[in-house]
Amino acid sequence: MDKRKLEENIFKGIMGVSTLVIIGSLFMILWTIISHGIHSLTWDLVSKSPQGGFYIGKEGGILNAIIGSVYITLGSTLLGLIVSIPIVLYINVYARKKSKLVAITRLAFDVLFGIPSIVYGAFGFTIMVMLGLKTSLLAGIVTVTLLIIPILVRAMDEVIRIIPFELADATYALGATRWETGKVLLKQSIPGILTAVLLSFGRAIGDAACVLFTAGYTDNIPTSLSQPAATLPLAIFFQLSSPIQEVQDRAYGAALILTIIVLIISIGAKYFSKKLSKNKI
Amino acid sequence: MTIASPHISVKNLNVYIGEAHILKNISIDIPDKKITSFIGPSGCGKTTLLKTLNRLLDTSGTDVRIEGKVLVDGEDLYAKGTEVTHIRKKMGLLSQRPFPLPMSIYDNIAYGPKIHGERDKKVLDEIVERYLRATALWDEVKDRLHGPATRLSIGQQQRLCLARGLAIEPEIILGDEPTSALDPVSTQRIEELFLQLKDNYTLVLVTHILRQARRVSDYIAFIYMGEIVEFAPTEELLLNPKEKMTKDYIRGYVS
Repeated sequence: MDKRKLEENIFKGIMGVSTLVIIGSLFMILWTIISHGIHSLTWDLVSKSPQGGFYIGKEGGILNAIIGSVYITLGSTLLGLIVSIPIVLYINVYARKKSKLVAITRLAFDVLFGIPSIVYGAFGFTIMVMLGLKTSLLAGIVTVTLLIIPILVRAMDEVIRIIPFELADATYALGATRWETGKVLLKQSIPGILTAVLLSFGRAIGDAACVLFTAGYTDNIPTSLSQPAATLPLAIFFQLSSPIQEVQDRAYGAALILTIIVLIISIGAKYFSKKLSKNKI
Repeated sequence: MTIASPHISVKNLNVYIGEAHILKNISIDIPDKKITSFIGPSGCGKTTLLKTLNRLLDTSGTDVRIEGKVLVDGEDLYAKGTEVTHIRKKMGLLSQRPFPLPMSIYDNIAYGPKIHGERDKKVLDEIVERYLRATALWDEVKDRLHGPATRLSIGQQQRLCLARGLAIEPEIILGDEPTSALDPVSTQRIEELFLQLKDNYTLVLVTHILRQARRVSDYIAFIYMGEIVEFAPTEELLLNPKEKMTKDYIRGYVS
């Protein structure tokens, strides 16, 4: 075999092995949580809040954590979008392209992107102490929003930057205002934006450090923004640290539920993104 | 050359992008309901000049400085307080490559009238049909009006962009090398459309194809290094150029 062919085969091999390792890990993760969690994944687990002896392995479920996680994730994704869409439109449509403000904004989001979530949690906690607030759903939502805004802004910024500027010119040339042009560009980038939302949704629902000090933990389902809320990552964390086998298995059940939620959202987003992108250039 | 009652009148226009002096003291009167072509080598400023005519140059966010006047129907585009959207509504633009809006074929045409306040579905239907017919697209797309515009061929897309521009009922059509991405057949169709349109519209085209300028335009301006070297009726400029530079440029193309 000549040298070029050998080289190609070696790299083919490396590529194959790397890909297999990644796919293999995914299946191993799935296998671990399924094999440990499937027995505790009962109707009770998803339909009941913890009852009296729940933490020693008796009756009850983690409905409190499921509902809490859904509230926090939906709330923060929505709030995050409300804040980040105007930022992205400003730096891409309104502001001058090479202005200092835009450069500083992008740098700021790069820095924020790299800050670990526990720091956001600690920051949220400090603010709460300053304001004299207790752990609450609202505090959890706001803190998780802070965590995902950099993800949303960066991802959407990338999406909008690759829009051809001629599309903006074409829209302007029809007599559109900047706002109307912004809306057309937004339409063009909706599939990308959905991906950004999905990314931040996954991050928000899976993050434990942000909600630990801010949303707290409770066996009750919150009925107002000022009550504390349980979350799935913390439900996993607390149950996994228990010495009781039953409770540990429930942690895997909770992990399984978390994974299923993320999977449903991913597949749904893929589907809608495909539907919406049919008009894309 | 003096033009009686010009549609667009550019007076002492200077454009700087950053430090570079792109357009140097341009003055030109663009005649009403005629086709005027800007020709010249790449980078001579012809596209920049076209973009200043509907103020697309100062949207791009780059460091642009514009001095001088551009009068459209006597109204100065660059005067303070001039409403940009109102000016752009008077002009349709065709760019080098077609950029359909991310919508259906129908909505691409209806978009302009809609943002300018037309809400009546019946009127919009009529507008869409009228301008798709005007651009000879109707028969090709009437069965898939609500399908994505991006499925059309490039030539069809360019005609769609022309129809979209016409739907805002402009008086002027600007074309920035509008056939450069098209095959010969599509190019011919666009050129035929231009010749029909000049009965009702003033057309300004940028082209680097001398033969195209010759085929379609009534007047040609030869631009070189940011200056208008010569501006004359087509035959006169091509057959009997007064400036040596024009002569050299045309010869370079012909021989």
